[in-house]
Amino acid sequence: MLSDYNFIGIFVAVAIIFPFVALGLAWLLRPKKSNPVKTQTYECGLETIGDTWVRFRAQYYVYALVFVVFDIEAAFLFPWAVGYNKVGLWALLEAFLFLGILTVGLVYAWRKGALKWQ
Amino acid sequence: MDVINFILNLWVEIGDWFGGVLAGWGVPPWGVNLIADIIGVLILLVFGIMAVIVFTPMERKVIARMQDRPGPNRTPGYGAIQAVADAIKMLTKEDVIPRNADKILHMLAPLLVAIPALLIFAVLPWGPGSGLIGQDLNVGILFVVAISAIHVLAVIIAGWGSNNKYSLLSAFRVVNQLLAYEIPMVLSILVVVIFAETLSMQGIVENQVIPYFVVMPVTALIFLICALAEANRSPVDLIEADSEMVAGYIIEYSGMKFAMFFIAEYVNMFAVGIVFSTLFLGGWKFFGLENLAPVLTPIIVFFKAAFVIFLMLWFRATFPRIRFDHLVGFAWKFLVPLSLINLMLGAVVVKIPVDDPMMVPWVHGAIMLVANIALVIVTMIILNRTAKRVEGAPALKRIVAAER
Amino acid sequence: MNVSQVVFIILSVAALAGAAGVVLSRNLFKAALFLVLSLVGVAGFYVLLEAELLAMIQILVYVGAIAILIIFAIMLSQRLMSPEYDPRNEQWLGGLLVAIALFAALLFVLLRVDWPVSEASVPAEAISQLGQALVSPDYFLLPFEVASVLLLVALVGAVIIARER
Repeated sequence: MLSDYNFIGIFVAVAIIFPFVALGLAWLLRPKKSNPVKTQTYECGLETIGDTWVRFRAQYYVYALVFVVFDIEAAFLFPWAVGYNKVGLWALLEAFLFLGILTVGLVYAWRKGALKWQ
Repeated sequence: MDVINFILNLWVEIGDWFGGVLAGWGVPPWGVNLIADIIGVLILLVFGIMAVIVFTPMERKVIARMQDRPGPNRTPGYGAIQAVADAIKMLTKEDVIPRNADKILHMLAPLLVAIPALLIFAVLPWGPGSGLIGQDLNVGILFVVAISAIHVLAVIIAGWGSNNKYSLLSAFRVVNQLLAYEIPMVLSILVVVIFAETLSMQGIVENQVIPYFVVMPVTALIFLICALAEANRSPVDLIEADSEMVAGYIIEYSGMKFAMFFIAEYVNMFAVGIVFSTLFLGGWKFFGLENLAPVLTPIIVFFKAAFVIFLMLWFRATFPRIRFDHLVGFAWKFLVPLSLINLMLGAVVVKIPVDDPMMVPWVHGAIMLVANIALVIVTMIILNRTAKRVEGAPALKRIVAAER
Repeated sequence: MNVSQVVFIILSVAALAGAAGVVLSRNLFKAALFLVLSLVGVAGFYVLLEAELLAMIQILVYVGAIAILIIFAIMLSQRLMSPEYDPRNEQWLGGLLVAIALFAALLFVLLRVDWPVSEASVPAEAISQLGQALVSPDYFLLPFEVASVLLLVALVGAVIIARER
């Protein structure tokens, strides 16, 4: 029902205002003495060596990729789960087929070492 | 008799009386709705902030008592208003922004962490009917899951906006942890949805004849572990670990922005407690008490959520921290297959035909409980066999022999 | 001018500003964040169309997974993250002309087609009916199963490409 989302809209508006109010209050109350030493980047008390860019392991990306696939699978399963009780027994087999194909994918990724943190 | 009835239905009566007053002043119906909505939003936000004020000192005192020390007791009331003292301190600290950091991104991250945590309160059920819930969306539980997904984005923005190598590195690791534990969480929610046949939060509570914690304990346990990981609580709290990444992606934050991250964490914990109690502990139901005295339902919800939070604090005080590769390995290689099998079991059990429609939840519940216990036993057997195989591995034997 | 129209205008501004930000932004990370803004605007449109399931899935999948993936991909490419990288396009004039031509074509189609508008309201049991339709051979069973095969192909492809060897 669209009118349900009136409340959500008002909630989002108020929830956005609240942290701004808190931060604004802090801005009023806090000292603002900035100096170059304070704004240095923190690196365990020493000077920064090198640029900010770090060596990015490709493994992070593989985890995110596997997550995308399973997230979309879960997105398909949500309406299935809601309507599940009202359909016959064949829905069970079809769902098993769906889940089975994706389990094969998970096992493949596992065996090929894509889930191993190197 | 009338007075008792009034008190038993207190919240509904107050709502009706207020609506009547507003209508009596000549406010049009849409105005009444708007004002009622705004007041509802403010009340829910107060509940959310109350979570911080109640649970911050509770956490420190409970963990302290578990470690046989008194905990914070300088503030009045045996340390009960410690959170207020912390808030006053945070408000007056200087906000140091690193030199080359992007100011807009630096400010955006705490907002993006705090707003979703507060937004979950819009769909949490505090009592029966449509009065004691923010808004009973048709997609209630999916709303909660989607809001949790925004938190992942906020972590990356915090890590990148700080212009700090360690901040970025920690943000990557936390994001991977959050992503890894989101799938088992969603899969275990799906099992609950299969049994409850609806996504709306009130529907899930109302359809729980037996609390789902009894029907499917494995699902509840998986959800609890994943919720712990999503909330970055110990034993999976890589950012709060001082020996890990030196406070992780929130290194460069100070003052109120730093406080925002922790406010968001406690609000999130409270929300997770209520979500867990809604899904698995029966929400605002308590063995029929909610029919006798509907006024008590918010208190029932609060105590169930407090129990779950106590469990989380207990875990924090007891378990050691888990290494990052063990963490993601546990999620992908153990929890995801386990929750997939659990989902298939749930799908099979619900389709078992029962003659008497009244006995359906009981029969399905009993069979699902038996199936869960069988799943636990089978998992233990498989884990034992795998452990024996690893212990007998030749490489490990050589290492152990060399160290002797 | 009722509430729906005001909300629609706000969401349109957000989605268009996000899209403009993606194209015009100098910093790739900020371009990805503008993309997130645009996607959230689209999710708002789904809510306005009473397709709340799609709105939530849009936020869960697009903002929660695909935007993260895009940001990771940006950070993985060291060339794109170095300070000397200049994202300005040499062929912006050709791109602008193609975009205007595409916009004109879409506008032409949108204005000329007689779109059938249904007066039916969204049923209260919409999600349940969608779930039943997904497993019913008369409706969406084949796309449902083919989607799982497609996801499997994507997963296998990603694992193969990302392997060290």
